[in-house]
This record gives sequence, C-alpha cells and structure tokens, in this order.
Amino acid sequence: MTRAWPSTTVGRPWTLRVERTRPEVACVELTGVWRKEDRLPDPSEVWREIQAGPPVQRLTFDTSRVTDWDSGLVTFAIKVLEEAKARRVESDRAGFPDGAQRLLHLAEAVPEKQTGRARAQPPWLARIGARATATWAGIATGLSFLGEGVLALGALLRGRARVRMSDLLVVMQDSGPRALGIVSLISFLIGLILAFVGAVQLQQFGASIFVANLVAIAMTREIGCIMTAVVMAGRTGAAFAAQLGTMNTNQEIDALSTMGISPMEFLVLPRMLALIMMMPLLTIYADLVGILGGAVVGMAMLGLGSAEYFEQTRGAVGLTSFFIGICKSLVFGVVVALVGCFRGMQSGRSAAAVGLATTSAVVTSIVLIIVIDGIFAVVLNVLGL
Amino acid sequence: MASDTTPPPPRIAVADLTMAYGSFVIQHDISFTIGRGEIFVIMGGSGSGKSTLLNHMVGLRTPAKGDVLYDGQSFWHAADEERDRLRRRLGVSYQAGALWSSMTLAENVALPLETFTRLSPKQIGEIVSLKLALVGLAGFEEFYPSEISGGMLKRAGVARAMALDPDILFFDEPSAGLDPISSRRLDELILELRASLGATMVVVTHELPSIFAIADTAVFLDADRRTMIALGNPKKLRDESSEATVRAFLTRGEQGARGSTG
Repeated sequence: MTRAWPSTTVGRPWTLRVERTRPEVACVELTGVWRKEDRLPDPSEVWREIQAGPPVQRLTFDTSRVTDWDSGLVTFAIKVLEEAKARRVESDRAGFPDGAQRLLHLAEAVPEKQTGRARAQPPWLARIGARATATWAGIATGLSFLGEGVLALGALLRGRARVRMSDLLVVMQDSGPRALGIVSLISFLIGLILAFVGAVQLQQFGASIFVANLVAIAMTREIGCIMTAVVMAGRTGAAFAAQLGTMNTNQEIDALSTMGISPMEFLVLPRMLALIMMMPLLTIYADLVGILGGAVVGMAMLGLGSAEYFEQTRGAVGLTSFFIGICKSLVFGVVVALVGCFRGMQSGRSAAAVGLATTSAVVTSIVLIIVIDGIFAVVLNVLGL
Repeated sequence: MASDTTPPPPRIAVADLTMAYGSFVIQHDISFTIGRGEIFVIMGGSGSGKSTLLNHMVGLRTPAKGDVLYDGQSFWHAADEERDRLRRRLGVSYQAGALWSSMTLAENVALPLETFTRLSPKQIGEIVSLKLALVGLAGFEEFYPSEISGGMLKRAGVARAMALDPDILFFDEPSAGLDPISSRRLDELILELRASLGATMVVVTHELPSIFAIADTAVFLDADRRTMIALGNPKKLRDESSEATVRAFLTRGEQGARGSTG
C-alpha cells in the first residue's frame, strides 16, 4: 500500500510518502529539500494516511534522499513523533539525518515545565472576582499615592521637605515655556472655531456682537483650562510616566529608597510644584490667545471693530470667570503631575511596561480632567457662580 | 567597672525569614548571621531568590515572615525614622549600577552627602573625587552615566554606595555582564575595600571564581526546595557538603549529582 501527494507537491521541492513495509509497520519517506520556507506539509496528513490502512504498531522514517533540511524538518518530525507517542505507536527515528536526530534529542532533554504553558484558567466567576479585587487594590494604592503627595506638599510648605532647585527649574522649563507653542496653536484655533460656530447662529438674529461674549465666557471658564490640561497630559504627563518608568526599570528608584531619600520628595514633588506654578500661567495665556482667535473671526467675518469687540469681551467676563478657570487649572496641574508620576513609579520593569504606563498616564489624566470638570460645573452651579 | 561579658550581637542577623510574592513563597526559613568585616556571599541558581533576599535585607521588600537585625536592632519592627537611620548605614550597589541618569557621576555621589550631611559644597566635592578615585574613576566627575561603559557604571555605583561611609555594603551580581578581567578587578576592589574600610560586605553572585576569591562565608539557596540548604565557607562546602546540589554547583556540575537546572 503506497500513497504519495502528487497533487500537492507540484512546484514544491519536497515529497512525502507513507509506505507499508509490513502491514503493521508504516514507513514515512521524505525526499528533496525540507526547509521551513518551503510550505511543508501538515503532520496530521501523515496520520490521515496511516489511519486509512490497518492499525500500525511501528513507525519508521526514511530520509536518505533528503538533500537539504533545516528546523522545518525537525518541527515536522517533533509533531509526528508526539502524535505517535499519544497514539502509543512505537517510533524509530534512526532514519532521520544525524544532525536532526541530535536536535530531536536536545529538544526532549528537559521535560516541558508543567506550570509554564498549560497554566489552568480559573473559572469565570473567580476571574471576575480577581479583576474586581485588583481594581479595588489599584484604587487604594492610587489614593494612598495621592495622600502621600499631599503630605509631601504639606511638609514642603512647613519647611520640612526639600526640593532640589536645579531639578525644579528643569521641570518648570520643560512644562512651561516649552509648551507655549502647542498651547498657542490649539487655543487660537479653538477660539477661532468657537467664534465661527457662534457667528453662524447669532448672525441670523442680528446679534453678532454676542460672539465676543460666547468666546470670552467659554474660553475663561471651561475651554482654556481644559485644553491646556489635555495638552499637558499628553505632553508632560506622558513624559513624567516615561521618565519615572525608565528610572524604575533601571533600579534608580530603588537606589533612592535604599539611600533613605524619599522618591516622593525627590521625584514627585518637583514635578507637582512645577505644574502647580505653570498650569495657571499657561491657562491665562490660553484664555487670552483664544479670545484673540475669536476677535479675528469677529473682525474679519462679522465686520466688528476691534475696540467694540474688546469692550464687549470686557463686559462679558468678570474676574470670577477668570478665577474659576485658574482654580480648575491648579487642580488639573496636580492631577496631571500625580497621575504621570504614579503610573511611572508603578510601571513594570520592561520596555513594554513603560509604554503601557505612559499610555495609561495619558488616558487616566484625561478621564480625571473631564470628570473633575463636571464636578466643578455642578458645584459652581449650586453655589450660583 | 565590670567588663561586658556578653559578646556583641552579630552585625547582621537574618531570622526565620520567609519571602513571598503574594501567596507564592520564594524562599522560607532563611536564618544566618554575618560578623563584622565578613564577606558573605548569597549564591544559588537562577531564579532561586538571591536578589530577592538582598532586597529584603536592604528594605526594598517587606518579609512575609521573620526579620532582619542590624547589630541586634530589628529593621522591620523599627519605627520609620529609625529605619531611615539604619538605611543610611547600608550602601547598595545594583546590578546595572542604577545611577541616576539625569545627573553626572559627581552629582550621583554627591546627592546622599548633600541630603544627609551639612558639609560645604567644597568639602562634598573633595569627598566625591576621593570616592571616584577609590573605584578607579578619577577624572570622570563630569561624565553622565550614558557616556561610560558597563564596568565603569558598576564601579561608579560602588562609589555612590560608599558615599556616606556605610558599615555594610551590598553588591547585587557585581560581575554579571562583565568581561573576566573587569570582573576580577571588581572582586579585588571588594577585597581592598574590606581591608581598608573594615566594612561588612554582602554579595549576591553565582560566579564561581568570584565566590572562591572573596567569600568568607556563603549561603546556598535552592530553587526547588525553596529554602537554604548550605551555609559555610564555599571551599569547605565544595569538598565536604552533604548536599549533592551544592557540590555540583560549586564544581560546575563536575561532582555530585546533576545540579538542578531551571
């Protein structure tokens, strides 16, 4: 009984045949070139062929006409041999090339670790429970990090903690002046867009001049601080997470701890302080640039005079709106700094983990910014501000 | 005055220590003492928990059970301030140096001095130069960690660990990733520092030449049984240990049973 694969071997350098030397002995005959890039046959085909005939007790191989082979042949052989073992068929590997026999022997020298690949998956209820407890533990460590951060800030105010001036200045420069470009661009365009959308609606009622009110109130109360915070989350929060995550990978944070230097004081405090100082300034700047963007639309599209537009703006925003925006920006600054540092310090010790930490720093910051802004809106509404 | 008859407590005592990640026990029932000026090696195969044990001794990981005592004083039952004070007596040199990458070598060594002493910047500068010279890095003050080689990074890490003149120095895999000559120079540096400073040294390593060159005493952590299975002088352990695994480890598998790989 002989079978080959003439239909599938067209254009391929290998051939595979299963022969019966005796009814209970199957011989797998391989010829030609057996390399992994040659689209080698599926080992199960061998077994399909063998099963077509009477049951076998012994499997032999003939590779005397194989001209070239690499690990493709060995993986094929391993799969066939494993299957043979599972089916309690005795196999004789003497027919393989010498080198392949040695590789097979090496691959089987150390038995597969039971705990490695075949890790049992717990039932779904247990998985949900594990997820929930992990989430809860994550929230708890986040809150304790927040608490430590506030305590460190308090210690600094009472003069009991120290911040290295040189570190603080570097972070301030990075998160302040260097962010001006992108903050200008975004707030100018947002002011422009707000004014444009408003103008189209308000023109219908002949109330074009109220575009100034719309832009001024929206920028100072909401958009100025939110856009600045989102830009800082993507720019500076991500940088904090990546820096601290890499320091953690490199054991630099361990080195601080074992020296008795608190990473909170040494790494987190300067970053938090820098953002507490820079965020309100950037927000005021963003407010003004946004109003300028609105003014461009007002003057160019609606034909309003510049003096008229700015007079209207001044009448629309009181100091209250400005201060609300600044207060929010302070909170957002603390959020961006703490979340960035927290994710960085919690990061695992690999390149992939640092990437994850950076991503989750940005995502968490933005979510918190929006949620906190919502809370502000409700509270301010209740207070009637 | 009556002289004190009780012998002084050992410099370091590890008592009944159990180390675990969550519910997964890495090593249990670890107990040993280390005398003043001794060089103590923690050895074992990969994944046996050598570095984890070091992390427990220097306070980076909290033990699941047991304690570490320095001069008879508990590290893990001490109040926070007391523990910070103890920490300053320890110097740790990490596997890859762990120098703060945003600072020059001089700033790295100076930071603990600036933080914990009231020395003037000039005095600090002199001490920094001395420490860097001790590890053979004189003149490298203004280099950043990214600008020097792996062996130099490790030596700079040793200089930083010595900044506050600690009584106890820890080395995590000092010779890992170094060429044989750099690795041997680091061993010599460890011996030299012990001779000149009289400091107690705890070294985590699995490099046989280092173990035989520097260790007074060594402990062997077994990955399979998850506890220590030998304690003593490594040369004696190699020739006389009743544990086949230990003999195999110390002879690169040429004697005794095949060592546990894994």
